[in-house]
Amino acid sequence: MAVDEDTVRAMAHLARVQIDPDRVAGYATEMSNVLALAEQMEEVDTSDVEPMAHPTHAVQRLRDDVVLEGNEREQFQEIAPETNDGYYLVPQVIE
Amino acid sequence: MQWETVIGLEIHAQLATDSKIFSSSSTQFGSAPNTQANAVDLGMPGVLPVLNREAVNMAVKFALATNARIGKRNVFARKNYFYPDLPKGYQISQMALPIVGEGEVEIELEDDVKKTVGITRAHLEEDAGKSVHDLFHGQTGVDLNRAGTPLLEIVSEPDMRSAKEAVAYARKIHSLVRYIEICDGNMQEGSFRCDANVSVRVSGSEKLGTRAEIKNLNSFRFLERAINFEVERQIDIIEGGGEVVQETRLYDADRDETRSMRSKEEANDYRYFPDPDLLPVEIEDSLIEALRGQLPELPDQRCARFISEHKLPAYDAGVLTADKATADYFEAVLKQSGAPAKIVSSWVTGELFSRLNKDGLELTASPVDEHRFSGLLARIHDNTISGKIGKDILDKMWASEDEADHIIDKEGLRQISDSSELEKMIDDVIAANPSQLAEYRGGKEKLLSYFVGQVMKASRGKANPGQLNQLLKDKLKG
Amino acid sequence: MHDKTIARIRHGLASGEFSSREICEHLLSRIDQLNPSCNAFISVSSELALQHADDADKRRAAGADSPLLGVPIAHKDIFCTNGVRTSCGSRMLENFVPPYNATVVDKLSQAGVVCLGKTNMDEFAMGSSNENSYFGNVVNPWGSNRVPGGSSGGSAAAVAARMVPGCTGTDTGGSIRQPASFCGITGIKPTYGRVSRYGMIAFASSLDQGGPMAATAEDCALLLQEMAGFDEKDSTSIDRPVDDYCGSLNDALDGLKVGLPKQYFTEGLDNNIAASLQASIAELEKMGASFVEVDLPNQHLSVPAYYVVAPAECSSNLSRFDGVRYGYRCDNPADLEDLYKRSRGEGFGREVKRRILIGTYVLSAGYFDAYYLKAQKIRNLISEDFTSAFKEVDMILGPTTPTPAFKIGENSADPVSMYLNDIYTIPANLAGLPGISVPCGLVDDLPVGMQLVGNYFTEARLLNVAHRFQQVTDWHLKSPAK
Ligand SMILES: [Mg+2]
Ligand SMILES: [Zn+2]
Repeated sequence: MAVDEDTVRAMAHLARVQIDPDRVAGYATEMSNVLALAEQMEEVDTSDVEPMAHPTHAVQRLRDDVVLEGNEREQFQEIAPETNDGYYLVPQVIE
Repeated sequence: MQWETVIGLEIHAQLATDSKIFSSSSTQFGSAPNTQANAVDLGMPGVLPVLNREAVNMAVKFALATNARIGKRNVFARKNYFYPDLPKGYQISQMALPIVGEGEVEIELEDDVKKTVGITRAHLEEDAGKSVHDLFHGQTGVDLNRAGTPLLEIVSEPDMRSAKEAVAYARKIHSLVRYIEICDGNMQEGSFRCDANVSVRVSGSEKLGTRAEIKNLNSFRFLERAINFEVERQIDIIEGGGEVVQETRLYDADRDETRSMRSKEEANDYRYFPDPDLLPVEIEDSLIEALRGQLPELPDQRCARFISEHKLPAYDAGVLTADKATADYFEAVLKQSGAPAKIVSSWVTGELFSRLNKDGLELTASPVDEHRFSGLLARIHDNTISGKIGKDILDKMWASEDEADHIIDKEGLRQISDSSELEKMIDDVIAANPSQLAEYRGGKEKLLSYFVGQVMKASRGKANPGQLNQLLKDKLKG
Repeated sequence: MHDKTIARIRHGLASGEFSSREICEHLLSRIDQLNPSCNAFISVSSELALQHADDADKRRAAGADSPLLGVPIAHKDIFCTNGVRTSCGSRMLENFVPPYNATVVDKLSQAGVVCLGKTNMDEFAMGSSNENSYFGNVVNPWGSNRVPGGSSGGSAAAVAARMVPGCTGTDTGGSIRQPASFCGITGIKPTYGRVSRYGMIAFASSLDQGGPMAATAEDCALLLQEMAGFDEKDSTSIDRPVDDYCGSLNDALDGLKVGLPKQYFTEGLDNNIAASLQASIAELEKMGASFVEVDLPNQHLSVPAYYVVAPAECSSNLSRFDGVRYGYRCDNPADLEDLYKRSRGEGFGREVKRRILIGTYVLSAGYFDAYYLKAQKIRNLISEDFTSAFKEVDMILGPTTPTPAFKIGENSADPVSMYLNDIYTIPANLAGLPGISVPCGLVDDLPVGMQLVGNYFTEARLLNVAHRFQQVTDWHLKSPAK
């Protein structure tokens, strides 16, 4: 599937990454090439094949319902871009 | 044109675990912002989720309580979108293989009509944090204490045809999750939240109309009002020649209306895919059987038993068993007081509930516990006091730690059942009211209650009412 | 002094021949001297390292011992280190100092290692040449115009230049084995789930696996022994005892059955590499191994499947880098969307953005089945190929890379040609199998590697075969280092 520039912009929006307008065409070509590579998979009929999400066939291990952690706010907020009064701050969100 | 309303509900029940669904932080409500958010809850680089066993067990209990299919192999998926209170940029939820499959509950409508509402599925997921919009000038504050709290999202079939049915269903689920103790049901704190999918169609039509989803209805009253508003809005649009838009709407309780949520307008592509950090969860039959053994008697069974065993009217049984705490309280008082079920029922649902309502209290926080309440009903049952005096005593008990017996003794409130004492009071009253006596004897029998009242007053309310009635009738005949 | 293996350093420390401080000081000065041209390190923590070295010496003097007490190593900058900047090769995390350790870091610290610094890497481990690092590319010590491979290129170069005897690395599509091959060292990617991923910044969660990189298989065994093991903080970690990797290094190879995939020995492979492999096969035969051809019919679809699965997972894994709680935030965001888009747009490099876009695309409505689901099915077929092969043979032998280290800039214009470099390493990641790259020759004065892939949890056997091979060859001893 050849990817056009609108698709690149749509994906960039979905993924919330700004891309340089000069680079949109380049991304379109590169994405198209990678997808063309991926399309080689079409040569194999996989209608009877189970999808494999994990390389191991293990099942989920469960944790006991125990609280092990306390307040670590200070050390986590030390590395935060902007906080106030214990809150992380972002530009005003209008609901 | 006749319109039919079609409603489906999505209910988010917060599971009553101690720790979060994928981390060992506390789920306690009301702590200072971000003091209960650890590296996993904050979505720090490299950290990984590990599933809480109790959350799984609670979901299985819900499946058992709704006769639902249990997903023997279920998978967690990522729902990808950006929002400041969603720290990882995705919510861990379930998509293709949820833990709870098709189930059903029965709801009761007016005139004892019953209706079955289908449950499509219920899945485990993590809650997001909270955004605070009014605390900082020009900025939104993010508190991630709630991020990672386990939720069971319960999705119904579009089986409800009115706001009343929707409320009955929501109440039923609320009752169930509290019965099986998987959710505290506290709607103010957001432990039980409803989203309603509402559409209308011409009666008799098979095809569903375009629906609007009303988000975050946090009381049954709002649920009912929001649906009613929305139904009218949609009918107005269609009758005016317009088309309903599929969208997410918010209920504004102050204005009693729903309005479009512009921020969610953009069609989202959530890009669900299996979470590679979590493996499939397998539910063994042995676990299911063990959890079945832990389930309490469920509301429907208990209601049926209250009717058959305690000979209660269906209405009373329904009210008493809607909530596990109420049913437990009732049965404790019934046993300890020895009073008949109907009396206990009317005292619990009448006097006790009205006082709780007035003070805005839950039954579990009642100032009069089942033990003291039993003491009061026992004295009414054995005629030590009248019902009327009982109400005064209950008021006194409400404000103190006193037992009913102590108040009765201290204030000399024992009922007068001594015939000679009563006869003397009656004679005095009759003597003092010759004209009323003449009228009564002339056929105005309604005056009996006047005489009862006068004697009661003279006895300061302590006269045994049954005995008084009989004696008075005899004396008035002359 | 710098030319010592971990095994030799352990011996020297134990016998009192030198102290941890002495060896660490020596290597730190070597890093000072070589790193400006090689750029293998993003951060060097001299002070902290010498403190830890002194601690180790004191503990040893007090009679304490632990398997790697006082042994200097470095960590790939993808492993979170408490209090030490962890950048993942990205501007996004240029100033990120985690308040927690990766499990691998904790485990190695408990074993007594002294960490000298954090090694350079392709941004978020995405790359095969180390040209995608925000901190500049790494130069292969074997040739100043050559890439070291990637994404663990800094680790491979640091070991090859003998700045440090061993390093941690991570391997999502070959990121331990390919740079090990390009730099003439030994590197093993363990079975998926053998080494905890906790605190290892995720690229593609179902493929990522940490492992050791060192000059010799013996040193890899010594490091892996301490890195491996169950971790309750990682749901995909496997609860199974760790084998005695060191104890079985000298086991005999008699009866070892090795498969040669017919798909690997084709015209796509460099003739000289093929010749090196043939010579290596002859050495192993002398020690009692036998060889048969095996068929891995779907191997050629590994790269196509990988470049769907890995971007899909990375697009989601990297969503957490949003400029809200940590990491890079753009200046003066106009609104929330601007905050997201510019923080991520400016914080991520070109290759990372490219993979995020591809991953977003293959998961989006309408394309999910054709790409993502299809790739998962192909992944199953590739895994099945190995399952069948391991019914016939104990392990599979082939090249690690199609060519020796390529020139800086040679493949950077075309992502697809870059991606095809991982053609031999990716299958083991898709199947979750362990694989090791062992130096097996020089082609045009550049090292090349032989890859052995084993069945699940056969790390001990792979290390054993690699070690025995290194007893009769000296490719692993060759070093560009002066
Ligand atoms: Mg949902
Ligand atoms: Zn939900």
